[in-house]
Amino acid sequence: MFGTAKRDTALLIIVAILTLFAPFLLNPFPAGSAMAQFNAGYPDLMQRFVIFGIFAIGFNILFGLTGYLSFGHAAFLGLGSYAVVWMYKLLDYNVIWGLPLAILVSGVFALMIGFISLRRSGIYFSILTLAFAQMMFAISYSDLLGRFFGTTITNGETGLQVYTSDPQILIDSWERVPHLLGLVEMRSTYTLNLGNWSFDFNAGYYFCAVIMILAFYLAIRIFRSPFGMMLRAVKSNQQRMNYTGLNTRPYALAAFVISGMYAGLAGGLMAAMDPLAGAERMQWTASGEVVLMTILGGAGTLIGPVLGAGFIKYFENIFSKINDNVLHSWFAFLPDGIEDFLVVIVHPFVGKGWNLTLGLMFMIVVIFLPGGLVEGGQRIARLFRGKPAKNDAPDGSKTPAE
Amino acid sequence: MAILEVKNVGKRFGGLQALGNVNLSVAENSCHAIIGPNGAGKSTLLNCLVGKLIPDTGSVMFDGQSVLGRKPYEINQMGISRVFQTPEIFGDLTVMENMMIPCFAKRDGAFEMNAIMSVTSQRDIIEKAEHMLEDMNLIDKREMHAASMSRGDKRRLEIAMCLAQDPRLLLLDEPTAGMARADTNNTIDLLKRIKEERDITIAIIEHDMHVVFSLAERITVLAQGTPLVEDTPEKIKGHPKVREAYLGESQDAA
Repeated sequence: MFGTAKRDTALLIIVAILTLFAPFLLNPFPAGSAMAQFNAGYPDLMQRFVIFGIFAIGFNILFGLTGYLSFGHAAFLGLGSYAVVWMYKLLDYNVIWGLPLAILVSGVFALMIGFISLRRSGIYFSILTLAFAQMMFAISYSDLLGRFFGTTITNGETGLQVYTSDPQILIDSWERVPHLLGLVEMRSTYTLNLGNWSFDFNAGYYFCAVIMILAFYLAIRIFRSPFGMMLRAVKSNQQRMNYTGLNTRPYALAAFVISGMYAGLAGGLMAAMDPLAGAERMQWTASGEVVLMTILGGAGTLIGPVLGAGFIKYFENIFSKINDNVLHSWFAFLPDGIEDFLVVIVHPFVGKGWNLTLGLMFMIVVIFLPGGLVEGGQRIARLFRGKPAKNDAPDGSKTPAE
Repeated sequence: MAILEVKNVGKRFGGLQALGNVNLSVAENSCHAIIGPNGAGKSTLLNCLVGKLIPDTGSVMFDGQSVLGRKPYEINQMGISRVFQTPEIFGDLTVMENMMIPCFAKRDGAFEMNAIMSVTSQRDIIEKAEHMLEDMNLIDKREMHAASMSRGDKRRLEIAMCLAQDPRLLLLDEPTAGMARADTNNTIDLLKRIKEERDITIAIIEHDMHVVFSLAERITVLAQGTPLVEDTPEKIKGHPKVREAYLGESQDAA
């Protein structure tokens, strides 16, 4: 089906089901219960899950397949956001204009940055991409280009936003927020209450989710294509490629441009959900984040980057909300002394300290599971499949497993 | 008819004259060996032929076209394939994928953005790769990671990958270095078979005289960056200059 192998089709269907039913799956605890703290099914966070999923899927096409570690992909994220907000300012709030432009602009920039950066490999390539991204961040943050032309292009540290004085030549009087073709507003949410549970169905989330499923499908096609095989060959042995009559440079550049376009799309979707674009989206911390997501989930695997993106965004948003009051309520059943002691122990790892927990998790994954969360999943699966076979082994009467 | 013509090639690394003034002519469909002691410039010469190094002086013509200034992948697409001293294969890929890549390079050229079709839909490539693997007796290892194969299998795979491109000139850089006797003999037999079955010119750099004398039709002896003699294996065997280059001048005094 869809021109993919059976296993890939199954994976695609699983991802599609998980994303489409995410409002249920991410809200497993009744609203108002002590565990409601861990519910992640609110529109804002769910949008971030899939948007960063797209970002990481694209990054993985470069890093996972060719092994070129870009440290400047946030630049394309920011470009995508600026492109979409500019379309709001010039045309109207319909997201359909901005997103193709976001992909196009980031693709053009990726072509230029990649062309120069790919003259080097390894750490030098990473530093070159980082330098480009930081330059673009600096230019956006102070709106150097805008000042040069005597106008506003990125609007500096305030960030780019829509003003009533903007041309917006296509706008209708009813439009005040981003929408799709005038059919549905991105922020519109339907809340379903079932007993104590409540589930939010947000138009913006579903728009991003459908795009992520398409992006994931495209990534599967690229992974299984001759082009994808060549990209893995680039990672494996460039010398052999050159002496097999293959030019490695355009292969790596094509991967760089594709992943830059994915990043631009992700940045565009951010602005489609919230009509703002700020320079901080281009900062190196954002570039580092997508590297962490990809490695944590499993670089070079199809599903890994999506898992990594979800994992990190969940930690960032859920663990950071746990404060001492919440901790006290959890440990309230214990004697006072022990309760206070446990709160003191746990305190540094939650709330503002969520980075500490994430850092520890990252270290554990990298040291014990070099293949990321995907490898962890495979090991657990093998454990379950391997155990019964072992029990059968001493008893010769049973039929062999394979 | 010479397929490869090397004229007055010189290469200097700082104060070291690696190649002095090399003239070499390899006849089409022959097997030509280049021998010489360590540091004679054999590998430098080879690197000048495949575009890894650019000689300071002289010219290298392949089939009437100059190879100088071309990139390694361009020279390969002209019809020169190279086997390395330590097998260079795609270690992270499976044996079958290793075999398919040169088939794609032959069919689609140096770059092809074939990103939507599935690899499994490329029937012609799969058939050709399977045929090559069967021919090389590697078909049972098709799903194996190439890096986990034995040295001898890696060498066979590398040669098969070069042959999949139907090169006109196959360059081998000490193909049996570090091999056990049995593997060396297998490699000799394989190269002999290739020679018989295909219209191919083989140029080989080798230390092992057993390999050289079982394969070569012409031998060039290189010493200190210049060719000493070029002749048939029989003549080379007893040549005083060759003995001198290999055994050192003190041999006469002793």
